[in-house]
Amino acid sequence: MFNLSPKNDTVTMAIFAIAVLAMPLWLAPIGASYPDLLQKFAIFGIFAVGYNILFGLTGYLSFGHAAFLGVGSYAAVWSFKLVTMNVLPAVLFGTLIGGVFAALIGFVSLRRSGIYFSILTLAFAQMSYNLAYSVLTPITNGETGLQLTQQDPRIIDSLFVAAGEGLPSTNLFGLKMSGYPGFYFCAVLLIIAFFISLRIFRSPFGLKLLAIKSNQVRMNYTGFNTRPYMLIAFVVSGMYAGLAGSLLAVTDPLAGAERMQWTASGEVVLMTILGGAGTLVGPLLGAGIIKYFENIFSAYNDQLLHQMLAFLPDGMEGAVVALLGLFVGEGWHLTLGIIFMAIVIFLPGGLMEGIRRIGGMIQKRGGGKKPEQTGGVMRPTEQEG
Amino acid sequence: MDAILLQVLNGLDKGGAYALIALGLTLVFGTLGVVNFAHGAVFMIGAFCAVTLQKVLTISMKVRDKSVTFFEAYKETPYLEVWFGEWGTMMIDYVVILSILLAIPVMLLVGLVMERGLIRFFYKRPHAEQILVTFGLAIVLQEIIKSFFGANPIPVAAPEIVSGSANVGAWFGLGDALVYPWWRLIYLASSLIVIGLVFSFLQFTTYGMVVRAGMEDRETVGLLGINIQKRFTIVFGMAAVVAGLAGVMYTPILPPDYHMGMDFLVLSFVVVVVGGMGSLPGAVAAGFLLGILQSFASMNEVKQIIPGIDQIIIYLVAVIILLVRPRGLMGRKGVMET
Repeated sequence: MFNLSPKNDTVTMAIFAIAVLAMPLWLAPIGASYPDLLQKFAIFGIFAVGYNILFGLTGYLSFGHAAFLGVGSYAAVWSFKLVTMNVLPAVLFGTLIGGVFAALIGFVSLRRSGIYFSILTLAFAQMSYNLAYSVLTPITNGETGLQLTQQDPRIIDSLFVAAGEGLPSTNLFGLKMSGYPGFYFCAVLLIIAFFISLRIFRSPFGLKLLAIKSNQVRMNYTGFNTRPYMLIAFVVSGMYAGLAGSLLAVTDPLAGAERMQWTASGEVVLMTILGGAGTLVGPLLGAGIIKYFENIFSAYNDQLLHQMLAFLPDGMEGAVVALLGLFVGEGWHLTLGIIFMAIVIFLPGGLMEGIRRIGGMIQKRGGGKKPEQTGGVMRPTEQEG
Repeated sequence: MDAILLQVLNGLDKGGAYALIALGLTLVFGTLGVVNFAHGAVFMIGAFCAVTLQKVLTISMKVRDKSVTFFEAYKETPYLEVWFGEWGTMMIDYVVILSILLAIPVMLLVGLVMERGLIRFFYKRPHAEQILVTFGLAIVLQEIIKSFFGANPIPVAAPEIVSGSANVGAWFGLGDALVYPWWRLIYLASSLIVIGLVFSFLQFTTYGMVVRAGMEDRETVGLLGINIQKRFTIVFGMAAVVAGLAGVMYTPILPPDYHMGMDFLVLSFVVVVVGGMGSLPGAVAAGFLLGILQSFASMNEVKQIIPGIDQIIIYLVAVIILLVRPRGLMGRKGVMET
């Protein structure tokens, strides 16, 4: 799965597709095989893969991607409210709006680079968040969040079926988008998204983005205008975020402003870095790990810990539970922060670099051969801000 | 007129907090070249120094309430009151002032540990990684605070004597319409004093002179046989103290909770960028300026013309500044201009 040289792209894609579609099977032993969590894997996988096209390839650290996620969610819910409960228009609409929004913000933000770019994107995201909470309440429904109601027009749906009792659910031509069907819908989109990202990594366009990362000044000196390329990368990753946002709405037709807060942007940065920025599979891995542990860790509480550690002597048990209690349940973010710091400090290339290092060690011990530099794995290079 | 003056006061007040945090951020960036996203968390820790001290001082015992004679009634009385009577009550009343004394050594220690333990490994790494690791540190710090103090804001009262409002209008002969809480005035004054102290330390002491020389040209200062690294570490500690003091003094205005640091950090970063990366006067000026702008934008008259402007004004200014004059208001030409 991790051998990603361009020659066996087809093989990679096939393996990847099978792996994603079979997730309910091979994730069962670690207790992650229920639809809600699987949906989250796929959705945040898309988000992180898209973020990686920007951050991984060009090295531009955006702290505002949650804005596109939130906008995508709102767009999708509005599509449910106004047009139809079918998910296809919602997803298209969400992706499109995410892209348009990214084009607007990117056009301005990309005039600067380094830390200024980070702060510009952060400023725009915070603006959107604050506005969504206050003035844009007619569109976003403020703190309550945008929800479906009985009175929504749903123009196309109302032509075919009379409004039934209760709220309608999202569907794909009649197939309800909750539980496993919802997951498979997200999974198929994830596979498509991954394929596009793979093609971008392999294309001359992707190489140009990498060149921008390693030395933008030199690119400019050779008479190469980098900005259009940056803008395209930014818009594409914004569309990915919009898609992810609309999928969040598909699986649960709700949209709230808190999805746009900058801590949410921080989360996707964490995912990408944790897995390995600039690698193909890394961000997916990061998204999966964070969502998995978020679920597992926050489920633990003190009682559960007491049960698990009942074999320890009494006094010790209390102490151990008190200590572990800091890191699980409510305190899960503490664990996340520590893991994240450790990754940035010791393994700036993320988990993928770790895997590569271990692989290299095994190879060295086996045949004394030098570890092969695989095409997909790019070390982040020094960049002057 | 009164309304405008009131908004100016409000703005100066908020600006005081922004300016103090931004000052620390700029100090760290100017000396060590590190973009510190954990600075907001330092501000929050300062605020929680006051909370901790309040908790410690008000540890209580049950004392028989002698005014009730029909049955045995008990009421919670802090030990301090039991032991010292009037003095104890006064100590509890002045908890915010006392916490300043506590906060200075604590924050200095926090700063030094942070710098020696983590930041120093990141001097040579790219800015993106500095941002990421300090962001992680900020999460860790705020979660630790959360696990000890819970998620709800904890109010800390200002001393009784300054709990009322000052008739500012009368001082300037403007009538009685302009009144303003005493504590906020004290906050403003003390933030000005802290800023003044930092500047005069850098400007008028030999130590400060060496630090400034190091900011200009670190290598040359090093070649002259001065251990500039050590001084920069102290400066980092100082920045932490400044942020911590801002936090302590801010507690009576805004009850601290664990994510107040993050809220202020984003704004302070914007302030730093507007003022000019690495420019100390710029950071202070931009802090007060943006504070005033924000409080004007939240006037009802303004909000009626441009709805929602109060929510975005600071970010809007930052975007405009970054696009039109990327070095900021007072930044030097060539410092991080791209």
